[in-house]
Amino acid sequence: MARIITDYLDHAVLQHGDKCAFADEKEKLTYKELQEEAFHIAEGLIHYGIFKKPVAIYLDKGIHVISAFLGTAYSGNFYSPLDTEMPISRISKIMSTLLPSVIITDEQHEVEAAQFAGNAKILLLEEMIGQDICEEEIRSIVDRVADTDVLYVLFTSGSTGMPKGVVISHKSLIDFTEWGSHYFGIDDSYIFANQTPFYFSMSVFDIYQTIRNGATTYIVPKQKFSFPTLLMEYLAEKHINTLYWVPTALSMVSILGALDSPHLKDLRNVFFSGEVMPTKQLNRWRKEYPQVRYVNLYGPTEVTDVCTAYVLDRDFDDTERLPMGQACRNMDVFLLNDHDQLVKGQEIGEVCVRGTGLAYGYYGDKTNTEKAFVQNPLQKAYPEIIYRTGDLAQWNERGELVYASRKDFQIKHMGHRIELGEIEAAVSSIDGVDSNCCLYNLKKSLIILYYTGTIEPDQLTEQLKKLVPEYMIPNRKKHIDSMPLNLNGKIDRQKLKEMAGI
Amino acid sequence: MEELIDLLKDIKDDVDFEHSTTLIDNRELDSFDIIQIVAALNDEYDIKIPASDIIPKNFNSAKAIYDMVQRLQDEQ
Repeated sequence: MARIITDYLDHAVLQHGDKCAFADEKEKLTYKELQEEAFHIAEGLIHYGIFKKPVAIYLDKGIHVISAFLGTAYSGNFYSPLDTEMPISRISKIMSTLLPSVIITDEQHEVEAAQFAGNAKILLLEEMIGQDICEEEIRSIVDRVADTDVLYVLFTSGSTGMPKGVVISHKSLIDFTEWGSHYFGIDDSYIFANQTPFYFSMSVFDIYQTIRNGATTYIVPKQKFSFPTLLMEYLAEKHINTLYWVPTALSMVSILGALDSPHLKDLRNVFFSGEVMPTKQLNRWRKEYPQVRYVNLYGPTEVTDVCTAYVLDRDFDDTERLPMGQACRNMDVFLLNDHDQLVKGQEIGEVCVRGTGLAYGYYGDKTNTEKAFVQNPLQKAYPEIIYRTGDLAQWNERGELVYASRKDFQIKHMGHRIELGEIEAAVSSIDGVDSNCCLYNLKKSLIILYYTGTIEPDQLTEQLKKLVPEYMIPNRKKHIDSMPLNLNGKIDRQKLKEMAGI
Repeated sequence: MEELIDLLKDIKDDVDFEHSTTLIDNRELDSFDIIQIVAALNDEYDIKIPASDIIPKNFNSAKAIYDMVQRLQDEQ
């Protein structure tokens, strides 16, 4: 069995060397080519003299990002993908936490990268790939890597406006990948269509299931997700048989009526996670593709990707909620009430998780780590860390977990995990804004911003775009003369919700 | 046309719908915007935009959207 994730690639090269591993709109990489590119990148990092250090990857989404991930792993360092579409100001915040030793980028993004590089060394992909490889040197480094070493850091939204970097080890990722392969019976016949961004935890499923099993992943061009027939044609042409997408992306196809244009003959698996799947849309998929296996997965980035799974085994009404299912192998998922005791019966409690898949915590952020990664309150005899998700759920009569709501102001919008506090912090930093409050209309999937001040809504949007990613821009911006306050002098969210008709 | 621009502005206020002819090519609209626009057009103009019409060239400008709506109103 694999010890660290580069073992997967070594194995795939032996078994499937000339098979296509990853393809994007422009290029593709066989397993041999992927390993060769990864070796070049590893060599560059080794020559720069770093080990167990953070490496930021600043590249457009595509096959070379995967090479950079694997190359970083071969060099004994750990990677953190930065989205090239993210505003520089947010990247700078991530940089100030991660303090990477190196930024891997390409000629196209070199100038931008220099703006936020700070003390980090910029290494260009084009130059690294031109260098010689000494495989012996790489192998001697790989021997020093322990499975408990960090593999990557993925940044998610933080409520104070500071993104949090979730730290995942080789061991956690291997545990998760082994579970997925066995649970679903994944093999080299699988052809994935990757939808999720690489800074998103769901993408690690596509990437590492592919490499572990000698399968193939097509990285779907983002624009296809605006035009359902172009998307479906693409999936048909590439003989895609497995989707692991956020529900928003799946729903887009069914809402716009494109499920059969064309009909996907090869489709075998539809997996979804990242937010609640609207049952009505799922039923449309099931009607068009009754033979497909549908699986609802649940979990935050802090448990690597998912900690529960539910394979659909019965029909659901459009109004019924899908269960989150049962815990994955090597994961224990339990519900704690307000007194930190296990819930009884169908009482609602906070979803808590323990097991190998747990992250180490948040990079360089002891305070937030200690809030969410805590000693198991059910036993005090020895150190045992559990992760408190902040999600509320309950057990149904069948012993399946069913999602209820959030404990705080975190939302899932188009599959993105967003702290409304991060948007509010950004808005309040804009000149001409006095006070503001963000709400989420779950039914219509709209982020609604109420604010007071002198700035016009379109000006506010323009300023906000420099501070937060596109998916965090409120869909409705409403200027009000004064902010409603409750008795404690705090913003009255309830009142605003009424105003918004939520 | 003005009415259509208002409807579009209501969905996304920071896009220059009056002048832009590259709404899609320059990624001024994303997939979520398209879903919202399609839903709003279906409602407002009492049409049903078929999937086959949800393609880049029909959404690159307000004029293109307008022409599509007109055509569908005639057809349906």
